[in-house]
Amino acid sequence: MNTSLNTREKRFIAVAAAIALVFGFTPVASAMHIMEGYLPVGFSVAWGVICIPFLIAGYMSIKKTLKENPKTITLLAMAGAYVFVLSSLKIPSVTGSCSHMTGTGLGAILFGPTAVSILGVIVLLFQAILLAHGGLTTLGANTFSMAIAGPFVTFGIFILCKKIKINKHVGVFLAAAIGDLFTYCVTAFQLAMAYPSESGGVAASMVKFLAVFAPTQIPLAIIEGILTVVIIIGLETYAQPELNDLGYLAGGVK
Amino acid sequence: MTATKKTVIGLLVLAVIIALVPLFILQNAEFGGSDDAGSGVVSEITGTEYEPWFTPIFETAINGEIPGEVESLFFCVQTGIGVGIIAFIMGRFVERKKKEDEPNKADGSKRAKK
Repeated sequence: MNTSLNTREKRFIAVAAAIALVFGFTPVASAMHIMEGYLPVGFSVAWGVICIPFLIAGYMSIKKTLKENPKTITLLAMAGAYVFVLSSLKIPSVTGSCSHMTGTGLGAILFGPTAVSILGVIVLLFQAILLAHGGLTTLGANTFSMAIAGPFVTFGIFILCKKIKINKHVGVFLAAAIGDLFTYCVTAFQLAMAYPSESGGVAASMVKFLAVFAPTQIPLAIIEGILTVVIIIGLETYAQPELNDLGYLAGGVK
Repeated sequence: MTATKKTVIGLLVLAVIIALVPLFILQNAEFGGSDDAGSGVVSEITGTEYEPWFTPIFETAINGEIPGEVESLFFCVQTGIGVGIIAFIMGRFVERKKKEDEPNKADGSKRAKK
């Protein structure tokens, strides 16, 4: 395989990181998905196993929603398509590197967090198989961060905003943006668990990974929040029957 | 133009600005492929160069890395699938709403006359 290129790339990254540090920038690095083969076997299996109950719950949840309200399948397809689009757009960020969004916020808000796990897995499989982006061995870990942890946070924040009667669109924005950011925090945690630093253990390692991911992702999280609000406005205007079926409009504060 | 339309356009413009501003500010930055770079930190922490124990099956199948142009093709396919579905469904919603509104509008005007 192209090991020479890999070494060259790695050396380049190392040099770039050094230069970036000198100039007070965060290193040119950020990772949405953990790369193929980069988690030890034990971790790969463990994260995979952790995901299974969520995926089963997601399947049941989708089945139940569609049985009760067959018409909402259009919105489900749309939420899935939204993940497809957003996770394929690589966007330049203030740190001088590119990253992409998750797009899982919309599905979590409309269908609940477990349902999104199914949509997320589809996208992650597509990227792992065709794009060599993420990976099959790290599928479990990536599913957990992008399709489970992120959506749960999104959903929680959305419900919280509803409870404390913040403007609905502000709630959607916060939920989607923070969920996106949290996905990266989980990725950092997963990498830190697998690669604890010798001096400071998991915590020190986590800080290191976070310092690399978070600054890149913040502007993207804001964009994701904005886009999710836009699509929600669109749906509120044109798809009220379906949103009613899903209970999105019920008891909402607008 | 309605207030909603203005909000939507404003938000979209804002999103584009946030996305493009780094390109103009950091003129010499690489904006390199991000996802692969996590490996750099792994090497930094472990102190040795990490050898992934598994290579992506597509790369194994073609015995090399996916060429950049082909990778962008797949990314575009992914975007295309997503946009296609969203546009199709949204289009149906818009037309449905239009049809639903037509009789309502008629009713509304009648009621207003009364």
